[in-house]
Amino acid sequence: MARRYDSSTTTFSPEGRLHQVEYAIEAINNAGTCVGILAKDGIVMASESRITTGLLAPAKNSEKTYKLSSHAACNVAGLTADANILIDQARLRAGRYLYEYQEAIPIELLVEFVCNYKQSYTQYGGLRPFGVAFLFAGYDEYHGFQLYQSDPSGNYSGWKATVIGANNQAGKSLLKTEYEEPSVEEALQLAVKVLNKTMDGTAASTEKMELFKMTLDKNGECVHHILTKEEAQAVVDAVAAESKTDTDS
Amino acid sequence: MDSVFGITYKGGVILATDQTNARSILTYQHNLDKITNLTSHSAMGVSGPNCDMVNFTEYISKNLQLYELSSHGTIKLSPYAQANFARNELAKALRKGPFQVNVLLGGYDTKKDVPELYFMDYLAALQKIKFGAQGYAGNFVLSIFDKEYREDMEFEAALKVIEQCIQELHVRFLINQPNFIIKKIDKDGVSVVKFGADPADT
Repeated sequence: MARRYDSSTTTFSPEGRLHQVEYAIEAINNAGTCVGILAKDGIVMASESRITTGLLAPAKNSEKTYKLSSHAACNVAGLTADANILIDQARLRAGRYLYEYQEAIPIELLVEFVCNYKQSYTQYGGLRPFGVAFLFAGYDEYHGFQLYQSDPSGNYSGWKATVIGANNQAGKSLLKTEYEEPSVEEALQLAVKVLNKTMDGTAASTEKMELFKMTLDKNGECVHHILTKEEAQAVVDAVAAESKTDTDS
Repeated sequence: MDSVFGITYKGGVILATDQTNARSILTYQHNLDKITNLTSHSAMGVSGPNCDMVNFTEYISKNLQLYELSSHGTIKLSPYAQANFARNELAKALRKGPFQVNVLLGGYDTKKDVPELYFMDYLAALQKIKFGAQGYAGNFVLSIFDKEYREDMEFEAALKVIEQCIQELHVRFLINQPNFIIKKIDKDGVSVVKFGADPADT
């Protein structure tokens, strides 16, 4: 039934679905979780890094977080090789906008560009869609700090807080109850809490997670910061301490 | 032969151009509007062959309007970004088929609440200025601007200086330019201050 209509990316099934796109979205549900949280004074993105073997050389700076321009960054869930192509496109677009307008690209414009690029692989060429979902974090002078999520269909939406990747439903339900316009510091802790839940059972340790925050410095310039081991440990400890006092009472 | 000049004042920019459309020994019209509106808060005074003037200004203004449309009206480009966009287009065309236009772009930055004036020539040079002129007019009016310009002058004072410039051109410039159109750009947008002949009269 569906089998006949699911090999071609660019064909609708009789039920009106694009199966290849849906399968691509499924691929991401097996990927390492990413949480994004919009804070009052910045954005936090936390991700689970799937370290499959101790023989793997540790990544030089980051495994899941990528800088797109001076004021935009993204987290990836899905096929990293696919993501690299899209990240290159995003960086080029941001750079070309800066060249043309001598101003930083508005974040939504950048996200829309990447998503339009993804969408064309669901409509032209007969090539498979990109098996990547992104969390875009950025700052512009029009809308301040913004968080966007995009998926293989080329759809995107703005969020106050969201989760992509494995167990994202569990993460989202936790955010629904606990998100309350946090500061960056509070958001970091909330992000770790969410990762704790989505990594179900296995205790959160700094080896398995990557914490990123974006803030403004006193000159109004964007600062991208991936937390060091010590800083990350401090957040993890704070969360552990808080949950301990919760269970004590 | 076009006269294009402009001056910033406290809260806005005044742009003025002559209204003569002529070629060789023939005058086509005396009521041409050479100041094209770009967006709600920016306009371009242009000099050059009529075809390039129209081609370039329409290209820039329509692209800027498309940009605003595509962003669902949420993003209004600053005059700085608009000027750089226009300059970039001039630069792209320069080594292919140049736009032979010299431009003064005046705009009001609604975010920063400041007026801005940009000088752009056909070689894609771009410079932010407090007052300036394109063409032969510069030979006559720049010295007046130099003498009379004050930082944060009021609108009436700036308009008086513009009219002094027009008077000077009438007396001393060889080419007869009986009509001038003057526009201002401030926080309320682009508006016509006065014209010698109504551009709408066809």
